[in-house]
Amino acid sequence: MRDAFADTVSAALETDPRLAVVLADISADRFTEAARRHPQRVVNLGIREQLMIGVAGGLALTGMRPVAHTFAPFLVERPFEQVKLDLGHQGAGAVLVSSGASYDGAHYGRTHMAPGDVHLLDSLPGWTVHVPGHAAEVAPLLEEALRRDGNVYVRLSERGNAAARPIGPGLQTVRAGSGRSSGVVVAVGPMLDRVLAATEGLDVTVAYAATVRPFDREGLNRLVARAGQADVLLVEPYLEGTSAHEVAAALEDRRHRQRSLGVRRDTEVRGYGTPADHDRAHGLDTAGIAERARDFFAA
Amino acid sequence: MTTAPPLTRYADLPALIGLMTGDEKHQLAAESTREVLWVLYDRVLDVSPETADDPDRDRFLLSKGHGPMPYYAVLAAKGFLDLATLRRWADFDSPLGHHPDRVLVPGAEISSGSLGHGLGLGVGTALGLRAQGRTRPRVFVLMGDGELDEGSNHEAIAAAGRLGLDNLTAVVVDNASATHGWPGGIETRFSGEGWQTRSAPGRDQAALYDALTAPHSGRPLAVVARIRPKG
Repeated sequence: MRDAFADTVSAALETDPRLAVVLADISADRFTEAARRHPQRVVNLGIREQLMIGVAGGLALTGMRPVAHTFAPFLVERPFEQVKLDLGHQGAGAVLVSSGASYDGAHYGRTHMAPGDVHLLDSLPGWTVHVPGHAAEVAPLLEEALRRDGNVYVRLSERGNAAARPIGPGLQTVRAGSGRSSGVVVAVGPMLDRVLAATEGLDVTVAYAATVRPFDREGLNRLVARAGQADVLLVEPYLEGTSAHEVAAALEDRRHRQRSLGVRRDTEVRGYGTPADHDRAHGLDTAGIAERARDFFAA
Repeated sequence: MTTAPPLTRYADLPALIGLMTGDEKHQLAAESTREVLWVLYDRVLDVSPETADDPDRDRFLLSKGHGPMPYYAVLAAKGFLDLATLRRWADFDSPLGHHPDRVLVPGAEISSGSLGHGLGLGVGTALGLRAQGRTRPRVFVLMGDGELDEGSNHEAIAAAGRLGLDNLTAVVVDNASATHGWPGGIETRFSGEGWQTRSAPGRDQAALYDALTAPHSGRPLAVVARIRPKG
């Protein structure tokens, strides 16, 4: 996905004079040619993430469309006050593109993990959040973000689904349950293939979301209305329950149940290994999702 | 019926501040920024209410957002704000609070209050102007010496120097309020990173003008305005 991002933005630099890229060393090698062609609009600030967001805000104040990029913890968590003040509070808009997701770099340990990134941005108003599940979904999501003015977060991962899915603004139904189904499963971005495998034997509707903010509340309500039960299982690749309040708001007109799966909140998983190891530790592998899905829908 | 004379002079700043605070004497004496602000808006900056949205205007970024009354007073003297607005200072629905909000204050380029954000925004503004080929407008950022404690400034100081942002000027009002001080002087923090530096007595308008307009081709300029410490 990181290559798709670099290719998309590099191409857009050729046609959109409003565009500027701000880097903090990470992925600078992917923008060497773009920086040579557009030295004023591709700026590597060195390892200075607070400045990267401040510069993005300043660029936007002059009418440009900044794109800032580094690993998720250094893009969102480290300069969070800059995100809050230098973008949102200034009324300035930028496109923040992270890579590494919750634990792509599992072997690096906790310092390079950012399961709370979407949750943090959720504390600020007005953000659009994309969580593509396949590299081919990156370009259309990004191109739309580059054309707009507001604040957009694109959460890239090197892990994802076998095939790209439609990435419309709302929930996309991937597998429809019957009118007597047990409920609805919402799979966010890279979780889809695992969710499909984990719920294969269940009569549930599986809906896919590559865009989680704004959350498609109306779409979820419609899907739940067609299901046999108003039970919703939310499966997200970041902090457990990040979108639980959206599900609650979407279904506030009906009695419902919901369960959230995601990166666990109750403990810091102090491990290295591989992303698959962490999936197991968080119950986000196919077996873990299947077990908890059966438990939830059987209740 | 007589019309009150407009308050547009330096000597009117106490009266303008008094409209906000109801206390002309004490508030003004405590303000460390009033001469710098006045010299900038009166003689240096190419910006007016008529050109406040002109992409080629000069930018003034008040990073040190605490105690913005002299800023509001200068904006009023220069026609960005009217007197009725000053009188509603800090009301719930007033555009003027204890920290300025650019979305609410006509003429304010940035919202500030949390320290250490203005210089980064200024670097981005300078880069944005440069990328658009706008070589005329200049970017001025006003900071305090205590504010320099924030590490974010040092990211900005180093990058601006290395990037040779000669459309950028940082003004540091130094009233020795940084808890641990700046041994060797504030200027060295900038000059070591490739900035041109000047210092001037912070109450001396002529000296401030000279410093703020010092040539600095190929590099950013830092002006340290020295004010007697509070106490």
